[in-house]
Amino acid sequence: MEYGEDTTSVDGCSHSSPSSTRDVTVSTQSPSKLPEPEEVPSDKMAKKVRRWEVFPGKNKFHCNGRIMMARQTGIFYLTCTLIIVTSGLFFGFDCVYLAQHVTPAIPAIGGALFIFVMATLFRTSFSDPGVIPRASLDEAAELERQMEVPNAGSPGTYRPPPRTKEVVIKGQVVKLKYCFTCKLFRPPRASHCSLCDNCVDRFDHHCPWVGNCVGKRNYRYFYLFILSLSVHCIYIFACVLTNLILRAQQDNFLTAMKESPASVIEAIVCFFSVWSIVGLAGFHSYLVASELTTNEDIKGSFTARRGADSFNPYSKGSIFKNCSQVLCGPVPPSLLDRRGYVVPDSSQAHHTGNMGTNTAPDLPPPAVVTTADEMLPAGENVKKREMISYQTPDGTINNKLPPLNGTSSPPTCGGRKNHIWDMTLNQLNYMGRSNNHAAIHGTNPGSVYPQPYRHSDYLSGTSVLPAVKGNKSTMSRGCSTDF
Amino acid sequence: MDNMARLSSSQCTKVFLQRDFTEGTGVRFQNKFPQELEGKIDRAILERTINTVNSIYLEAESLSGRTYCESCFACMTAYIAYLCMDTHYEKCLKKVARYIEEQNKTVFVQQGLMLVDPAERGLRVFEICILTEQQNR
Repeated sequence: MEYGEDTTSVDGCSHSSPSSTRDVTVSTQSPSKLPEPEEVPSDKMAKKVRRWEVFPGKNKFHCNGRIMMARQTGIFYLTCTLIIVTSGLFFGFDCVYLAQHVTPAIPAIGGALFIFVMATLFRTSFSDPGVIPRASLDEAAELERQMEVPNAGSPGTYRPPPRTKEVVIKGQVVKLKYCFTCKLFRPPRASHCSLCDNCVDRFDHHCPWVGNCVGKRNYRYFYLFILSLSVHCIYIFACVLTNLILRAQQDNFLTAMKESPASVIEAIVCFFSVWSIVGLAGFHSYLVASELTTNEDIKGSFTARRGADSFNPYSKGSIFKNCSQVLCGPVPPSLLDRRGYVVPDSSQAHHTGNMGTNTAPDLPPPAVVTTADEMLPAGENVKKREMISYQTPDGTINNKLPPLNGTSSPPTCGGRKNHIWDMTLNQLNYMGRSNNHAAIHGTNPGSVYPQPYRHSDYLSGTSVLPAVKGNKSTMSRGCSTDF
Repeated sequence: MDNMARLSSSQCTKVFLQRDFTEGTGVRFQNKFPQELEGKIDRAILERTINTVNSIYLEAESLSGRTYCESCFACMTAYIAYLCMDTHYEKCLKKVARYIEEQNKTVFVQQGLMLVDPAERGLRVFEICILTEQQNR
């Protein structure tokens, strides 16, 4: 589950997984090829790493994995500040006057609304939106094997594997797209968020105001947040006007404003925000009533325009049932075992009893690179990184290293520019080990992953590229440009 | 169970049953018998196991009166109640885990197979490991 569930002590506060240069040793698939486990001192081998630290997406984690947010959280802090400051001014100034002259219920109701707004905001922002963990290597290999079989008839020609699968849900044909980053066919209604680099179940949208994606697990908190915030906004506005009017009865309006300048500030903030917040709440009320996501609404997936037969197969039929389902329906726990430990020697993680929702550690193999970094003094590690310039998949040379995503090496070969960076780092590896890429992928290039990301293609520089934003040639394939 | 959990892919063949989306987005696994398991296990036994697991997921995902009350109560406490209790869904997932462990112990390992709880695979697939001789001991 999300934050705060664990009552054990929290180790320190906010540190994001990519922020430290501490690297982790993760399991490899062919231990016989890699000599390092014996070379590393036993205390390093015993160092336990939590799974959030090697999470392949671009999320930031806090409180030792209990809190999960998007990478860019500046606007979230703005949201918090606006709400807290405005409410603070309200309680500090208007409530004092109104509690005396009208009723003490006013601050009480305001307080309850404020608590509800903040609780739902934190729930939305800090929880796992419904991220679908990336497929394990075995699953990816199996999918690739299944997709390759139909192509066996034409050995000479290169035909890309099928990227979509069709499924009929309650009479409606729905296309499931293959996600090249996560190596799975996305369930219906799931979508890949390019900002967080995760597939999210029942993806609604990525909201910078809450600093997180809005998906299956936190949609209802998001909806209740904007609903309660609109009520709170209108409530404060009404109370502020009441305050000013009551004061103006003794004098005039201008004097009232001078006596209570905080009210003026609150009125301005509320007036300008109420339009957008109420508008958004109204829009999402429509979505909840029709059992649609923002994503589906914008794409027009189930409108009559698409075809006379197009209907929403997920709708329960009535507004009441749809609302009940969205707001009161069951919510699965997080499928990411963020606080579990990574087990170095096998392909499965050790279960720490977090919720019975362990996921496969698709974290593959090779952070062997990082073992080398561990062996070097930290200062040298930094210098080594600075020495490297890397070539992005679109061919430009960049002297700035891509940020660590919480993994020291990419989870998969396919579609990640970090992959090239890591290959270069491998080649600079002082331990003189053979290129770990071979160890990662086996000696048979392209045998593990779906065709477009053959190892040989990467090396030869053919333009089989991940979907980098703006890279039109691969947009049809790339899941990261997929909305 | 911990020992058995530490199988790496180089040690066993894995068979995957994909999700069945024909009834919607709810968690449900396809019940078609994979060819690789022909002769290793009785078809009916596997089908019964998958059906039981699917029924537990169906119970987890259904909007029953209990789930409704639980959600309303949590909403009234500003969702602070979720910090203290397991939801019905979580309890069902634990039930699935216990059921699969029990099935492994009593039926499948003896036939040389091991079922992996789908929750360990992010509810993407139902994984069945075909154990090699080494693990059978």
